[in-house]
Amino acid sequence: MRRRPWRWLLPLTAVPVLALLAYGFRVNPRDIRSPLVGRPAAPFALTSFEGAPMQLGALRGKVVVLNFWASWCYPACYEEAPVLERGWRAYRDRDVVVLGVDIQDKDEAGRKFIRDFSLTFPNAPDHSGKVSVDYGVYGVPETFFIDRAGAIRVKHVSAVTDQVFRDTVEALLAEPAPPR
Amino acid sequence: MRAAVLMALFLLVGAWPAPAQQPSRPVDELQVYEVASELRCVVCQNLSVADSPSEMANQMRAIVRERLASGETPAQVRQYFVERYGDWILLAPPRRGFTLLVWLAPLVAVVVGLALVALLVRRWTGRRRATPPPVDAAMSERIRRELEREP
Amino acid sequence: MIPEAGTGALLVALVLALYGAVAAAVGGRRGRPALVESAQHAALGVFALLTAAVLLLIYAFLTFDFSVRYVANNTNLGTPFYYRITALWGALEGSIVLWAWLVSIYTLIVILRHRTSARQLYPWVLTVMLTVVAFFLVVMTMPAPVFSRMMPVPADGRGLNPLLEDSGMITHPVALYLGFTGFTVPFAFAVAALVTGRVGDFWITTTRRWTIVAWYFLSLGLLIGGWWSYHVLGWGGYWAWDPVENAAFMPWLTGTALLHSVMIQERRRMLRLWNLALVMLTFSLTLFGTFLTRSGVIASVHAFTQGSIGVFFLSFLALVVLVGLGLLAWRWDTLGAQGELDSVVSRESAFLLNNVLLVAATFTVFFGTVFPLLSEAVRDVKVSVGAPFFNQVNVPLFLSLIFLMGVGPLIAWRRASLENLRRNFLWPIVIGVTAAALFRLLGVRSILAVVTLALTVFVASTIGVDLVRATRARRAMGERALPALGGLLLRHNRRYGGFVVHLAILVVAVGVTGSQAWSVHTETTLKRGEQTELGGYRIRFDGLRESQESNHGKVTGTFTVVNGRAAGAVLEPAKKFYPQEQSPIAYVDYRLGLVDDIYLVLGDFARDGTSATVKFQVNRMVSWIWIGGLVLTLGTVLAVLPERRKAA
Repeated sequence: MRRRPWRWLLPLTAVPVLALLAYGFRVNPRDIRSPLVGRPAAPFALTSFEGAPMQLGALRGKVVVLNFWASWCYPACYEEAPVLERGWRAYRDRDVVVLGVDIQDKDEAGRKFIRDFSLTFPNAPDHSGKVSVDYGVYGVPETFFIDRAGAIRVKHVSAVTDQVFRDTVEALLAEPAPPR
Repeated sequence: MRAAVLMALFLLVGAWPAPAQQPSRPVDELQVYEVASELRCVVCQNLSVADSPSEMANQMRAIVRERLASGETPAQVRQYFVERYGDWILLAPPRRGFTLLVWLAPLVAVVVGLALVALLVRRWTGRRRATPPPVDAAMSERIRRELEREP
Repeated sequence: MIPEAGTGALLVALVLALYGAVAAAVGGRRGRPALVESAQHAALGVFALLTAAVLLLIYAFLTFDFSVRYVANNTNLGTPFYYRITALWGALEGSIVLWAWLVSIYTLIVILRHRTSARQLYPWVLTVMLTVVAFFLVVMTMPAPVFSRMMPVPADGRGLNPLLEDSGMITHPVALYLGFTGFTVPFAFAVAALVTGRVGDFWITTTRRWTIVAWYFLSLGLLIGGWWSYHVLGWGGYWAWDPVENAAFMPWLTGTALLHSVMIQERRRMLRLWNLALVMLTFSLTLFGTFLTRSGVIASVHAFTQGSIGVFFLSFLALVVLVGLGLLAWRWDTLGAQGELDSVVSRESAFLLNNVLLVAATFTVFFGTVFPLLSEAVRDVKVSVGAPFFNQVNVPLFLSLIFLMGVGPLIAWRRASLENLRRNFLWPIVIGVTAAALFRLLGVRSILAVVTLALTVFVASTIGVDLVRATRARRAMGERALPALGGLLLRHNRRYGGFVVHLAILVVAVGVTGSQAWSVHTETTLKRGEQTELGGYRIRFDGLRESQESNHGKVTGTFTVVNGRAAGAVLEPAKKFYPQEQSPIAYVDYRLGLVDDIYLVLGDFARDGTSATVKFQVNRMVSWIWIGGLVLTLGTVLAVLPERRKAA
C-alpha cells in the first residue's frame, strides 16, 4: 500500500522519450550549422570557364558573394541563378563581386547552364572538389557572403532570394572597409 | 522520346573528362580507407566516405589521400574536416563533453542491469529461507498451476 | 473505378475493425459471448476486405491502371511483370497495406486457433489486434491513401526505384513485416492477461510459438536485408547501422531476450513482470521502427517519408507505450517477484545475464540512434552516430553473449556443482583455448578475430559435448548411433532446435568476423587489356558495351579473372541509366564463394571504352552469413515442431 504511487512512474518514464521523438518533427536533418561563419574565408585559385583566373585573395576590400551550384541541381539552382545575376548587375559597381563555383558537374553541362541563364558573373568549375570541401559544402546550392575583411559572415543553404541577397549585401556594404 | 533521352544521357556521360589516374602509394591506401571510414559522406545517408560510391565521396577520399601523403596525421586530417563541417562529419561522436554520454550508455546500461539483477537475486535468495516446509509449497504450487491452466 | 472501389473497401474495413475492437472489449468485460462472436465476424470481414484491396491493387498494377496514383508512381510500361506485383510494397502507401493485411491474416489464425482454447483472454486479444488493424486502416485512408486517384491519367508511370528491382526486394519487406506483425499476437495476449488479471503462465505458453515464428521472420528479414544491401547497393557491406536497420534490430534483440526469459518463467515461474514488459517493449519497438522509416525524423537510407504521417505513427506509438506501461503499473501488485534463486552459478543466472546484455545492447542502439536528436534538442548542435560507434560499443556485448550461448544450455538449473561444471565445460574450454592458440599460430593477426573465433569454437564444443553425451546415453540403452541422434533431436526438439539456432548464430558470427578482419579492397583505373591484382585474384578489363533494357539503358564493363581456381570467370558490373533517376545506378557483379567473394563495382569510364575505373573487393567469409540463415531456418523448424510427448 505504501509503495502504490511509485509504480505510476513507469508510464511516466516513457514521456520524455516520446517528447524527444516529437521534437524530431521540428528539425531538418539536412540543415547543419557551419562552423566557418565568422572565420576567414579560405583562399582559392580557380580558372573560370572563360579561362580567366578566379582568386579570392584579389578581392579583399570588396564584398564577395560566393555561390556553389551544379547544373543537375533542380529546381533550387535554377531558381536562384536569375537572382544572382540580377544582384550582380545591380551591385557590381558598388564593390560587390558575385562568383559562382560549379561542383561535381561536367564542363559541358556547366557552360550550358551559364548560357541558359545568361550569367555574366565569373563562374569556375571545381573539378577536384577541394574548394567545396574547404568551404564545408555538403549540397547545392550554398551561398557564402564574405565581408570586406575576408571573413565569412553568412552561409545561406538552398536558393537565394532577391530579398536575402539585397539585405545581406547592404548590411555588409555598410561596414567600413578594412585598412589596406 | 525515351530513346532520345537515353541517347542524351550516354552522350553526356561520354563528355565526362577521363578519370584521373590515382597516385599509387600502397602504404597509404589502408590508412586512407581507415580515415575515410570515420568520415561521414555528406551527400549520402549514413554511409562513410570510404564506402560511398558517390562523386563527392570520391573527391573527399582524394583529399584525404593527398593530405596523408603530404605528411599529415590521421588526427589532423579529421580535424581539417571538423573545422569545416562541424562534429557532424565524424561518424563516431567525439569522446568528450556532451557526446561522452552516448559512449557511456552501454556501460551504464550493463551496470544498471546487473545492479537490478543483484537486487532481485538478493531478495530471492533471502526469501528462500522463509519458505514453509517443502510439502506445503509443492502442494500450493500444484494447486496454483492447476488453476492457471484453466483458460 | 479501382480507386473508388478500393477506398470503399478500406473504409468499410475500418468501420468493421473499430466496431469489432469495441464489441470484443465490451463482450469480454460484460461476459457476453454474442458480442465477442460478432466482433469475430467483423474481424473476418476486415480480413476479406483487406484481401480484396490487395487483390485490387495487384490487378491495377498488372493492368497498368495509371489512374491509381500509387501505380503511376511506382511502375511504368517497362516494369517487368514480377516487379509489378512486388511494387505493391515498394513505397510508403503500399507498405502500410501489406502491414495491415498481414495483421489481419494473423488475426484470422488467432481466431482459428485460440477462440476455444483461450476463452478468457480471447476477447481482449481480439480487441488489441483489431485496434492495430484499425490504426493502419486509418493511415491508409487519411495521410497515405493508397487508392488516391491520379488526375489526369498519365500515359506512362514513373517507374519503380531501380534499387528495388531485385530479388531481395521481393522477399525482404515481406519477411521483415511477417516478423514485425507477428509480435502483435504476443503483445495482444500480454495486454489481455493484464486486463483480465490472469497474469500467470498461460498467456506466455500459448504465445511461445508465435514468438519464435515472429522472431524467425524478423531474423530472416534482417539477413535478406543484409544480402540485398551487399549485392545491390554497391558498397560491399551488409550492415551500416543505419537508423532504420537499427530500428529492425532492436525488436530482434529484445525478442531474443524474450525467447530466453520465457524459459525461466516456464521452469521456475519467475520474471512474470519482466516478460510482460519485454513483450510490450518488443512490440513498441516494431512500431518505433515503422515510425522512423516514415517520419523523416532521423535521416536514413530507407526514409520514404511523407507529410504528416509521422504524427500518426508517433501518436499510436505513444498510445501503445502509455497503455502498456499503465497496465503494468495497475497490475503491479499481482506481479510481485516470487522467484527463488539458489545460486549465482546456475542456468537462471546465465539467462538473467543474457537478458541484461541483450537489453543493454538494445538500449545502446536506441540511445545511439536518437542521440543526434537529443544533441540538437539540448544544445542545438548536430552530431552523427554511425557505424564506428555502434561497432565499437556492441562488440564486447555480443562477444559476452556468444560466451553465454555456450554456458547457458549446459549449466545446471538452480545450482551448478563443481562436478557439473567440470563435466560440461572442461573439454570445451580446453578446445577453445587450443583453437585460439592455433589461430594465432596460423597467422590471424586481429586479436578480436582470434577471440571471436575461439569463443565460437568453445560454444560449438559445448553443443558437441551435449550431443555426444546424450547420444551415448541412448546407445547404452541399445539404440544405434544415427537413430539415437535422430530420436534425440525429435524428442527434445525444443532443446536441439535451440542448439541448431545457436549454431546458426555462430556461423553468422564467423562470417561477420571473417569479413571484417580479412576482406581487402581497392579502387583503380584500368585501360582495356590492363590487369590488376588483389587478394590473390588477378582481373583484366576487357571492354565496355551498351545495351537497352525494357526500362533502362545500360553500360556494362567486362572483366575476366585470369588466375587461380576462378580463372576464366567473367564479371560484368554495369551502370544503369533510368530516365526517372538523376544519376546512374551502379549494378554490382560478383562471384560468390565459400571463402572468397570477388566483387566489382563500375565507376567512371571513357566513352570509347578504352578505360574504366573499378572498385575491386575480395570479401571473405561473407557467404557464411547467408549459410547461417539457412541453418537458422532448420533450427527454427525443428524448434517449433509439435512436441512428441504431452506437456507435463
